[in-house]
Amino acid sequence: MLEQPKGETMKRVAIIGVGVEGFRPAIRDLSYKEMVYRAAVKAYTKADINPREEVDTFISCEEDFSMGTSITDEYAPDQLGGAQRSVQTITGDGIQGMAAAYMQIATGMFDVAVVEAQSRISDMLTPNQIQHFALDPIFVRQFDSTHHSIAALEKQAYQHAFGVSDEVIAEVAVKNYQNAILNPIAAYGMKATKEDILDTEVVSSPLREGEIAEHADGAIVVVMANEDVVKQKNVIPVWIKGISYATNTPNVETRDWKTAKYATLCADRAFKMAEITNPASQIDIFEIDDTYAFKELQHLEALGVFKFGEASKALTDGRFNRSGDLPVNVSGGVLGVGNGHDANGLQRIAELVAQLTGEAGRRSVSGAKTGLAFSWRGVPTTAGALAILSAE
Amino acid sequence: MKVRGTKLSHDEYMNQVISVDHHPEIEYAWATGIAISKFLEGLKQGKIYGAKCNDCNRIVCPPRIFCEECFSPMVEYVELPDTGVVNTFSLAYIRTDASRREKPEIPAVIDIDGTTLTPSGFLHLLDENIPHDQIKVGMKVKAVWRPEAERTGSITDIMYFTKLED
Repeated sequence: MLEQPKGETMKRVAIIGVGVEGFRPAIRDLSYKEMVYRAAVKAYTKADINPREEVDTFISCEEDFSMGTSITDEYAPDQLGGAQRSVQTITGDGIQGMAAAYMQIATGMFDVAVVEAQSRISDMLTPNQIQHFALDPIFVRQFDSTHHSIAALEKQAYQHAFGVSDEVIAEVAVKNYQNAILNPIAAYGMKATKEDILDTEVVSSPLREGEIAEHADGAIVVVMANEDVVKQKNVIPVWIKGISYATNTPNVETRDWKTAKYATLCADRAFKMAEITNPASQIDIFEIDDTYAFKELQHLEALGVFKFGEASKALTDGRFNRSGDLPVNVSGGVLGVGNGHDANGLQRIAELVAQLTGEAGRRSVSGAKTGLAFSWRGVPTTAGALAILSAE
Repeated sequence: MKVRGTKLSHDEYMNQVISVDHHPEIEYAWATGIAISKFLEGLKQGKIYGAKCNDCNRIVCPPRIFCEECFSPMVEYVELPDTGVVNTFSLAYIRTDASRREKPEIPAVIDIDGTTLTPSGFLHLLDENIPHDQIKVGMKVKAVWRPEAERTGSITDIMYFTKLED
């Protein structure tokens, strides 16, 4: 397990540049390589870095089935500036890629690392089939309900255990779609009412269409470096104070349907590393997976920001609004930015970096110094990844 | 040569061991973007396009919007001749479904004339009627195009490359 860097052997690690292309419901005017190239150029400009000379390692987060090519990592280097350099692929969320980069820099192996994640869901004509393909082939995949039903089973269990109403969960969606209006990288900003959300079609009860994040295409590139590099560059660093990832279980039969245990496992590790004992008072801004609206509440509770069942009241009291004392998903979340799949974690990171470097414009949360990003790998996983970032 | 191992019959493989079948129906439609769309549209017109990097002065084929060597944007397209040189080739006797061909297909990497610094091009097929003993690395070749009305904007708008007589 990762420990807090101590002494002279472990180096502090910062994010020194983030570039985003998208997100849009579908990016059909650029190839995936061109999309990533555009995100990379923005990231390297902000990081004041030449990728051909100053980056030691590149980490691309992508999956063969999402990209439509086996051994897809072979196609990752060129568009990142990583031709004939050290490149690896992590088939996971962008924050999992950042954790690998963190270790490579903290141990002193490399000075500068680049992490990239992308979504090209519009290149898939059968995205539901690919999601269905992730289900256990012997048991779960034999039934024809969509993968959303797995999330519906979870929502049902969560609501039953903690008495959370559909009305409250609809308010998560209202807030996040509205927040997305001010976020230039968000694909689905809109003003919707609670009634609008509750009026959308039932996909798999108790889950309605308006509570499910729509797919979006986009790419995010993050440049990370050690303190020595930060000092030499004209950049505003955002420090990584804690980072972790964890999986509960692949089995739908034995998982905890109510409490998103994977988030608790992530928090246990990253909070220890970042010396967080009371997240609600020590963290100023939260970017939390809300691929399904109820997940925002469930994840906040699993992370220990609230006791189980108590996030709802904080939401309805307005505490999660941009002007509230615990702003959650000021970016618009996955609902508002669009479901970028393996890029969802870096969407959360991009918002925290914008907020902590003073580049969030009208979305700015005043006085925000420390932020928490939590990503979930989506149905049918119980896998999460967490990062705690700080301006200081 | 004897085949290694012990062959299982279809019945042994599929019926005498318990297994679960699944046939995913997975389809893609990759957007080809700015540079490769230009290239594919060119093929439809019987033209081969490359791109020039104004920083390192390379001309590459197929075109791209960035130079992977110096990471500069590539904004200038160049029309290249439909001739080139065989970089490497093979006589391929086995199809993707493992069945055997009597007459081999001949995949070859063609370096397109006019590309510079490091030659570049694409993998295509050689004319199956070239006598096999005449096919050599370094052989000069020329594209044989599909009739214009049959072209679709695909790499197969070129049917194959044939030997260019000296």
